[in-house]
Amino acid sequence: MSFAWAKPYEPKHPAMRWLDSRLPLPRLIYNATGPGYPVPRNLNYWWNFGSLAGLFLMIQILTGITLAMWFYATADGAFASVEHLMRDVNAGWLIRYAHMNGASFFFIVVYIHIFRGLYFGSYKPPRELVWMLGLVIYLLMMATAFMGYVLPWGQMSYWGAQVITGFFSAFPLIGEPIRQWLLGGYAPDQAAISRFFSLHYLLPFVIAAVVILHIWALHIQGSGNPTGVDVKDEKDTVPFHPYYTAKDGWFVAAFLLAYAIVTFFAPNYLGHPDNYIQANALATPAHIVPEWYFWPFYAILKSFTVDFILPAKLWGVLAMFGSILLLFFLPWLDRSPVRSGRYRPLFRTFFLLLVVDVLVLGWAGGAAPTPFRVAIGQIAAAYYFLHFLVILPLVSKLETPLPLPMSITDSVLKPKRGSVVTAG
Amino acid sequence: MLRFILGFIGLVFAGVLLISLIGGVSDYYRHPPAVLAAEEFHVEHKHLKLASDGPFGKFDRAQLQRGFQVYGEVCAACHSLSFVAFRDLKDLGYNEAEIKKIASDWKTQVPSINPDTGEAATRKALPSDHFPAPFANETAARAANNNALPPDLSLMTKAREGGAAYVYSLLTGYRDANTYKNEEGEAVPADARPAANLHFNPYFANLNLAMPPPLTSEGQVSYADGTKPTVDQMAKDVSAFLVWTAEPNLERRHAVGLSVSIFLLVASILAFLAYQNISAETKLSKAGGAPEPKKQPAKKTRAKGNAGIS
Repeated sequence: MSFAWAKPYEPKHPAMRWLDSRLPLPRLIYNATGPGYPVPRNLNYWWNFGSLAGLFLMIQILTGITLAMWFYATADGAFASVEHLMRDVNAGWLIRYAHMNGASFFFIVVYIHIFRGLYFGSYKPPRELVWMLGLVIYLLMMATAFMGYVLPWGQMSYWGAQVITGFFSAFPLIGEPIRQWLLGGYAPDQAAISRFFSLHYLLPFVIAAVVILHIWALHIQGSGNPTGVDVKDEKDTVPFHPYYTAKDGWFVAAFLLAYAIVTFFAPNYLGHPDNYIQANALATPAHIVPEWYFWPFYAILKSFTVDFILPAKLWGVLAMFGSILLLFFLPWLDRSPVRSGRYRPLFRTFFLLLVVDVLVLGWAGGAAPTPFRVAIGQIAAAYYFLHFLVILPLVSKLETPLPLPMSITDSVLKPKRGSVVTAG
Repeated sequence: MLRFILGFIGLVFAGVLLISLIGGVSDYYRHPPAVLAAEEFHVEHKHLKLASDGPFGKFDRAQLQRGFQVYGEVCAACHSLSFVAFRDLKDLGYNEAEIKKIASDWKTQVPSINPDTGEAATRKALPSDHFPAPFANETAARAANNNALPPDLSLMTKAREGGAAYVYSLLTGYRDANTYKNEEGEAVPADARPAANLHFNPYFANLNLAMPPPLTSEGQVSYADGTKPTVDQMAKDVSAFLVWTAEPNLERRHAVGLSVSIFLLVASILAFLAYQNISAETKLSKAGGAPEPKKQPAKKTRAKGNAGIS
């Protein structure tokens, strides 16, 4: 928030002056969302998903707190308490469906937000920490979502907990003790549901704390923009309020419409029917699958089918964790000084391949493993690792980027892509 | 250096995946997986159209009452409905006196204790009771059903792929395994035919299930409203009833959903128009470097905004 062109906060009303000199809350808000935070004028709609993600975190916390008032975290009572809420509590069904689908929409928003960052080079200097804090949020979200899915204690809840905690048992010697320590027993039971509930309630607030760091780090360097060119002067920016508050505002309403349509008219479309069967330790479902937002990782896990030096399961688990951890190294893997994919033709081709690749991984991870599906999943998983660890470093060395616009304002006034080199 | 290490890791993962792929493909050709009878003979559920379908669907109450009658007279002999209470039947159009009578006449009584001795006893159901389960516990249920456990039906249409259409298909889908031919005209192989106490049904994933055909003849129940109780009709009605038991708030959800959607649609249009105003103003003042225009008429700015700079 130390931009030369940022407007300093000068409270006019005596009450605000009084407050500002004692607790500078108004200053904080002014500098974060007001004219004190000048934002590049050329942000496109891919930049709307950050504030949306914050909104969905709030929706999840609010609906979650309400759900917790009706939930019994017991292996015997959890399933029935959810049904009681769905049937006998005023608007209970609404709160639960909003939370259930809110999780899915939170992930949709965050995935778009992450891919926005991948395409426009948001992970590059000077915003590496913004990117890495974002990944921490994403990891916390995954843990929270997994534990939340266990709570209704349906068949997929139970067997999902079996499979996911079973990852740890892939590690030799220490694996099985870790798994038992995590579950508080040999299999998911009362100890597991109690601790998952406790942590499922805690982690969203940890996420909120990391979100504050994420935004703080962002506001030190200021938002990136689709050209990837730095802000040069005030002309390149608009004040966050009212310009981006208005843009976020209408987009939030439109996105909530999509969320409402799914929540009200197809609330179980994104879920799995087996989770309406109460958990049964003696009956394994035919196909155990996690929620859709974990399918790509599940595909990577299932793709390792050969005991090559290490057991296949251990390869799968290492690769699955690795597939997320490698994103932390992205700022050092992609060394191209050009941020935006707009001016990197070769990068753009591979980026589009990556998008298709992750969708294919999702397809391979979501359904019963046929030999054909497994083979496709293996190719897609191999591309995923090659893309980030081999192709990206090579591309950033080999490609010749297109000429960049002189400034953000230039790119806006002469919007022809990459052709603005002549001054004037 | 870091990039070399990471690149190496990437190549290792890709290499192991390649080995897995080659192993899988060669395995596939050396030992082609046998096609299971369950895959060859299992059929996708039939199509079923119900009044509750679609975003504006509402329950057909007469049908729900008929379906409830089928549940009470047929299914309830083995299947519990543990999440539904008698009082919920109000939704089906029964009045309080009728519900009281339905509850107290219910074939299974509610477990209770003898108020004098404290010994286990049963009493007549009250409207506030949930439907009592036909068997005292799982062991009793299995003992009475050749060791199979009849599942609770409360959530059945949400707990199966295909929902009500699946239930309807299953109820009407029993066939004679000895004469049944699939679409390719193949007969059921001997090892896929039902063992003792199992019944062949191509809509069931394993082909053979423990439940004997529950709806067998026309007129098994007699409908008060004059609807002809064919097997097909009874199956449809009870499927519709089970949609209600699984999702009793469906109509309310549809109604609230409609108003919320209209509200959000109007809100997003208004907010979009507001954004266009602000966008035009901001960008004009920026592009010209002119002083911020004070309160321009909204129409004019929007027209300019659309025509030129965006």
